[in-house]
Amino acid sequence: MIDEGLKNELARQGVVATSVQELYNWGRSNSVWPLSFGLACCAIEMMAASMSKWDIARFGSEVFRPSPRQADLMIVAGTVTKKMAPQVVRLYNQMPEPKYVIAMGACAISGGPFKQGYNVLKGIDRLLPVDIHIPGCPPRPEALLHALITLQARIAAEPLTGPDRPRHLRADAPSEFPVPEFGAHDLVPPKNDLLWKPAPVVRPG
Amino acid sequence: MSFPAPEELKTIVEAALHGVRVELVPNPAVPSQSSLRVAPADADAVARFLRDDPRLLLDCCSNVTGIDWPDRDEKTKTKTVVDGVEKETEVVRRVPGTLEVVYHLYSVALRHGPAILRQRTADRGGDCSVTSLTPVWRSCEFQEREVFDLFGVGFAGHPDLRRILMWDGYVDHPMRKDYVEPDDYEYEPTPHDDVLERAKSHYPPTEAKP
Amino acid sequence: MSLPAAASHAIRARLDAEGNASGGDQLEVAMGPQHPSTHGVFRMDVVLDGETVVKLKPVFGYLHRNHEKIAEGTSYLGSMPYTDRLDYFCSLTNNWAYALAVEKLAGLAVPERAEYIRVITAELTRLQNHTSVCGFLLQDMGALGTPLMWAFRQREKVLDLVESLTGARMMCNYMRFGGCRCDLPPGWIAQARVLVDEYPRFLEEFEALLSGNEILMARTQGVGRLPAALAVAAGVTGPMLRASGVDHDLRKVDRYGIYDRFQFRVPLGDHGDVFDRYMIRVLELRESLGILDQALRDIPPGPVIDPKAKLRGFRPKAGEAYGRIESPKGELGFYLVSDGGPNPYRYRVRPPSLINLTILEDMCLGHSVADAVVILGSVDIVLGEVDR
Repeated sequence: MIDEGLKNELARQGVVATSVQELYNWGRSNSVWPLSFGLACCAIEMMAASMSKWDIARFGSEVFRPSPRQADLMIVAGTVTKKMAPQVVRLYNQMPEPKYVIAMGACAISGGPFKQGYNVLKGIDRLLPVDIHIPGCPPRPEALLHALITLQARIAAEPLTGPDRPRHLRADAPSEFPVPEFGAHDLVPPKNDLLWKPAPVVRPG
Repeated sequence: MSFPAPEELKTIVEAALHGVRVELVPNPAVPSQSSLRVAPADADAVARFLRDDPRLLLDCCSNVTGIDWPDRDEKTKTKTVVDGVEKETEVVRRVPGTLEVVYHLYSVALRHGPAILRQRTADRGGDCSVTSLTPVWRSCEFQEREVFDLFGVGFAGHPDLRRILMWDGYVDHPMRKDYVEPDDYEYEPTPHDDVLERAKSHYPPTEAKP
Repeated sequence: MSLPAAASHAIRARLDAEGNASGGDQLEVAMGPQHPSTHGVFRMDVVLDGETVVKLKPVFGYLHRNHEKIAEGTSYLGSMPYTDRLDYFCSLTNNWAYALAVEKLAGLAVPERAEYIRVITAELTRLQNHTSVCGFLLQDMGALGTPLMWAFRQREKVLDLVESLTGARMMCNYMRFGGCRCDLPPGWIAQARVLVDEYPRFLEEFEALLSGNEILMARTQGVGRLPAALAVAAGVTGPMLRASGVDHDLRKVDRYGIYDRFQFRVPLGDHGDVFDRYMIRVLELRESLGILDQALRDIPPGPVIDPKAKLRGFRPKAGEAYGRIESPKGELGFYLVSDGGPNPYRYRVRPPSLINLTILEDMCLGHSVADAVVILGSVDIVLGEVDR
């Protein structure tokens, strides 16, 4: 590893020294292409973030791909209903690694205001691994940009080797998740038990 | 000519269609507009008359919806005199439930309305079907499918009666009052009533840590 | 390429009794729920003969959020924020429709100033909805980016105004039974006046770019014709109905609120095709600006809600009421049945977007699959309202 002081000194002289990891992550984190996939109200704020006032292009993510095969980031923007959940998982499975998920808004996190609905999935993390959660109903475009910047920082910090390396560099980690099926009363299974382990809640009796 | 009041409308319909009985359903709320209830067997004829009669021309069925009235107990108090002492006895009568379908009719041509048309099913169990008015007003097509999906009311004569909002293979009718949703959430930030009971069943109460 | 009506009838005749396409050379395509021209999670099951649509079945329910069931389990006031999320472009008109239905049910009066504020906010909503819809329509035609960006730039100006009044960009939760939640902040009318005054400049620019555009005309004129009689029978309302030449605007028919005080015209189409639907929306924008101009001029001082109005523990008498307004999408109605309790016994939304889709198949038959996307765009649907 090159010493940080030496690296700065070299940079001052017009010599760029870097590591493969840094270069690789620098490229990846600044060209995160989202899947153009809106579910509900939050999708409008997602669109607003990509329009002139907020201009998500400043962060390299203006290329909304309609095909999951070309996308790196799934922004789950809105309420995931039980009727829609299998399609969301299928789209995720079709995305190539490395791939990331942002759960945008209260509904995608937990069902939000519609939590008590019979057709509403109580949070997409029951079926998919979520990297960033954005609270809000809907979150403002600034919040989406903040989530994107947070994701970029996380990508930039990913080590390429060692036990902490990300999922797409590990052969044993799954990149696809089981698609639930429609049952008589609910989805079958209603959640992925390997993925969704709610923290124990302590409440006064 | 101004739009006839529901009582007048009942007279017009009963005069024009032989043997059709229209029942007035009062509305005690502020709008106080009564609605017309017809038997499912007569619904198609009444609907066609309302649509085609030049005085009415109700050419647009704006809104179709279902209402669930579950079985309920009706208590009536009767006073009887037994051995010279007046006693009040309560008689509980079981009123069988019904599913009701409500149509709001307007006239775009004459700019009047609404006339409110109701049909109800015989019961909430096996025989719950009414006559579809989709052949009369195209706008009923999706809305009747929705009532079929969420309330489980069958519509005789509907061209394409399938579930619309829930998936095929779903068996419940969630808008019915006695529907029990799947127990699929564990945590609720501000639980109360039945939600609190459910939250407790997922998390046995423990002492809150300070 | 578009076919005349006779050809679409001929295509219909080729379907067998069950409505299945005959012949082996046809292709079934499920467009959606995620597809490039996304209008939300809407799915069309299309049967194609070459590129020509011979059968089209819309599939709903991918955003069915159980609004009605939840509303029956909560208080009357508790449903107000949920109405925001019906048609999430137009939360203020949704609020109004719901407030109107409850006011009808309970017989509440609205103060003069609140009526004006309602008209102003509703017309601002119409401005931003129609502007965005025109942008989306162009997006569906393949004009990626520019028209939609222009529309959204303008929409943001309206949203800034709405935000300074209600505190939220999209989910306003602003109306209350018998009035509005809060009064206009100081200087708001002057800001609104600036927006209304500069809006025509944007419209002229937008129209100069688009309305006479060769490609737009080629893609929209004669596409997706909707005859007036079919439109009325199918319960189509709003700009779609008026594009088919039916003079039916609830602001004129019902004269709800104080719409009888304003001078405005109802634009009508001749052909009922996609171009007319686009043009009607542009013309309605100008009429809305006229209404806003009058309302901002005439708004009186006074309270915005009766201070004694009961919001919590609100229990209307048993009975039922149906209230409807002209939302930007069409006739938005709320049907409420009260049993005297704190929650509505039955709560029903009459969704204009869903009912306007009834005749989607009739409009698309005989057109190419690319036109079907444009026709869908011209219906102006928002899935939050279609599925609820």
